[in-house]
Amino acid sequence: MADGPLRSNQQPLALHVPEPRSRPGDPVDFSDVVVPAAGSMARPDEAVSPHEMRDLSFGLVRVLDDEHRAVGAWDPRLPHETLLKMLRTMALTRAFDERLYRAQRQGKTSFYMKCTGEEATSVAAAAAMQGDDMVFPSYRQQGILMWRGYALTEMINQIYSNRGDKLKGRQLPIMYSVPELSFFTISGNLATQYPQAVGWAMASAIKGDTRIASCWCGEGSTAEGDFHSAMTFASVYNAPTILNVVNNQWAISSFSGFAGAERTTFAARAIGYGIAGLRVDGNDALAVYAATQWAAERARSNKGPTLIEHFTYRAEGHSTSDDPSAYRSAQESAEWPLGDPIYRLKQHCIALGIWDDERHAAMDLELAEMVKAATKEAEKNGVLGHGMHQPFETMFEDVFEELPWHLQEQMAQALEERAAKWPK
Amino acid sequence: MAEVMQDNATSEAGSDEAATKTMNMIEAINSAMDVMMERDPDVVVMGEDVGYFGGVFRCTAGLQAKYGKTRVFDTPISECGIVGVAVGMGAYGLRPVPEIQFADYIYPGIDQLISEAARLRYRSAGEFIAPITVRSPFGGGIFGGQTHSQSPESLFTHVSGLKTVIPSTPYDAKGLLISAIEDNDPVIFFEPKRIYNGPFTGYYDRPVEPWSKHAASKVPTGHYRIPLGKANIVRAGEALTILAYGTMVHVAKAVVEANGVDAEVIDLRTLLPLDIETIEASVKKTGRCLIIHEATRTSGFGAELSALVQERCFYHLEAPVERVTGFDTPYPHSLEWAYFPGPIRIGRAIAKIMKD
Ligand SMILES: Cc1ncc(C[n+]2csc(CCOP(=O)(O)OP(=O)(O)O)c2C)c(N)n1
Ligand SMILES: [Mg+2]
Repeated sequence: MADGPLRSNQQPLALHVPEPRSRPGDPVDFSDVVVPAAGSMARPDEAVSPHEMRDLSFGLVRVLDDEHRAVGAWDPRLPHETLLKMLRTMALTRAFDERLYRAQRQGKTSFYMKCTGEEATSVAAAAAMQGDDMVFPSYRQQGILMWRGYALTEMINQIYSNRGDKLKGRQLPIMYSVPELSFFTISGNLATQYPQAVGWAMASAIKGDTRIASCWCGEGSTAEGDFHSAMTFASVYNAPTILNVVNNQWAISSFSGFAGAERTTFAARAIGYGIAGLRVDGNDALAVYAATQWAAERARSNKGPTLIEHFTYRAEGHSTSDDPSAYRSAQESAEWPLGDPIYRLKQHCIALGIWDDERHAAMDLELAEMVKAATKEAEKNGVLGHGMHQPFETMFEDVFEELPWHLQEQMAQALEERAAKWPK
Repeated sequence: MAEVMQDNATSEAGSDEAATKTMNMIEAINSAMDVMMERDPDVVVMGEDVGYFGGVFRCTAGLQAKYGKTRVFDTPISECGIVGVAVGMGAYGLRPVPEIQFADYIYPGIDQLISEAARLRYRSAGEFIAPITVRSPFGGGIFGGQTHSQSPESLFTHVSGLKTVIPSTPYDAKGLLISAIEDNDPVIFFEPKRIYNGPFTGYYDRPVEPWSKHAASKVPTGHYRIPLGKANIVRAGEALTILAYGTMVHVAKAVVEANGVDAEVIDLRTLLPLDIETIEASVKKTGRCLIIHEATRTSGFGAELSALVQERCFYHLEAPVERVTGFDTPYPHSLEWAYFPGPIRIGRAIAKIMKD
């Protein structure tokens, strides 16, 4: 069966299997990455028909130019204090990632995931939304919590699965849930949050509310059926949703070609569904802000959903369980043509005369100290595997609103087992 | 143990039976795919990160370099797509071996498995078949939280038309995987990830032994089969029959040895088709039966086993059939060991069943 029927006058078929531009040890060449000049994309009115903005699905909205100036129609013209707050929040996100990554290496928890290089895609997006707009993140949007001011110790308690973890030590580290900040509980199953965000937005529309919903997933996750179901529902009901795809080029060891990037952009997925699509420089905080603001305005005025592709780069490993040097060239990160989002925003602030290197260095030190202090505080509640976990009973709570008889029995059994293991 | 393995292994003419290598379970699984790809050009391997990288658990390491990108390839992150295209490739005549990165992520592919793969043969009266083997790491014990720890085997044994296989040693893993790949029906092959590198005894605070210290790590390098539907008596005994599979086989054995009870421990190896003869003979001999699995209790495979034993061995039973299982909650992160059906839970059940 391996050799199918061969008709002598016809060409044999051949299977295409995508291949990334470089593998470990290879020189890196990003010359195929088209980087349009900052300010070169037009900014249509938020009410534009999706069919009149197809260019924006293939171009790249960029605001910060090579001299670190904000240029063009997409410049959101932000107050200085907003710029500095975004800069600080992105730097805090990175400081937090550094410290908690090390905590995992020191055995204080089982797992951690950084968002290094992608900070703008969550911080600037959150900055452009209202604080009570509902977000359905994936696992790499800690920047939203940072922007919305979530207590670092709460985050670390969750990461350590300790006695202070309000999620009762049940979830894998970084799978936060913060309803008071309109932040949905994170799922480990990819893309499931996408249709849920659309559903939340539909509910908001049913009720005549004014809040919109936003969701995030990686480019790899756009292959899941949930992504496409969400797009269909968002399109059919014109749901007030911002659908973010963080295209960081990699999905664990699989490059974006395995999600379709050899054929078209991720923003262009919007076109087939007849919804608005924007492709932005994800390492340009001002571009991310501007695109999100545009999409939020569109959603708020009942003009419908927007798909935003954030073109960025996953600068580090997928997670603490991953070693990217096994599958991609170590040089890629250094040579990424869109630079580092924190460096770029910092240089912009310096160019505006509102910031300088000394203040930045001092801020980095201050943030590192702040994270360290929060870590120490959280450690008082214990770290993973050192006994200071939640009481055994909590394991059985929240399966249902009420405890059925079989879980009551199992809870009693668990307590007896504990007494047998640790008599006293 | 060695004799039992010998009995069940069918060595092929031409294979060099003497050539064995020490392998952990990952290497044995890799070797099974390697041997099958070598022998059968219709075997293809695919899944998330299985190509160049060789899989997040390294089970497919080196296969793409050896057999090329059109026989071993990465896929989009769509479990529905992975299973669906495997069914299509099977319809063409290939013998796909898709990997689902974690059993916890098999659910988007479940429609293709239940409504399609499982029923092609029946609905086409044998005109179309789905000779696919879906491999997937399953089970807990690695602090993976609720999305890297599940044991969903009973969802599949409940479906007519799917076979479900769960190995417990490197030797078994290779022989069973070869049989699964050669099988013309769809097989779900769950790999207990907790014992990929060594046989975990459930005493989580003790050091873990590597497979190399275990007899079942001596794995023939060539082709051999362990037939589907054949259990393995890993410890003969008179007082009690213990039915287990995967990681729990090792936990059961360790507890039995620690407690000094003369239990017969049966590793089911294949849940469906089930080796009912071995089970029935053992329970009729011992008169007592304990079933152990890590999966949640309610509607778990233990319920099926318990019903079968009760139906077939009722007049031989001296005590009610007992089940030791995971609790009916999602798999918790920090309370992993409180959840896991470890030595204490098993020990208490043994004491209870031996009391009467
Ligand atoms: C349904 C499902 N399938 C597979 C996985 C395993 N997995 C976790 S993250 C990941 C890669 C995701 O890549 P991408 O969507 O690009 O997001 P990124 O990690 O790059 O942010 C995979 C395959 C999962 N969590 N859920
Ligand atoms: Mg990605």
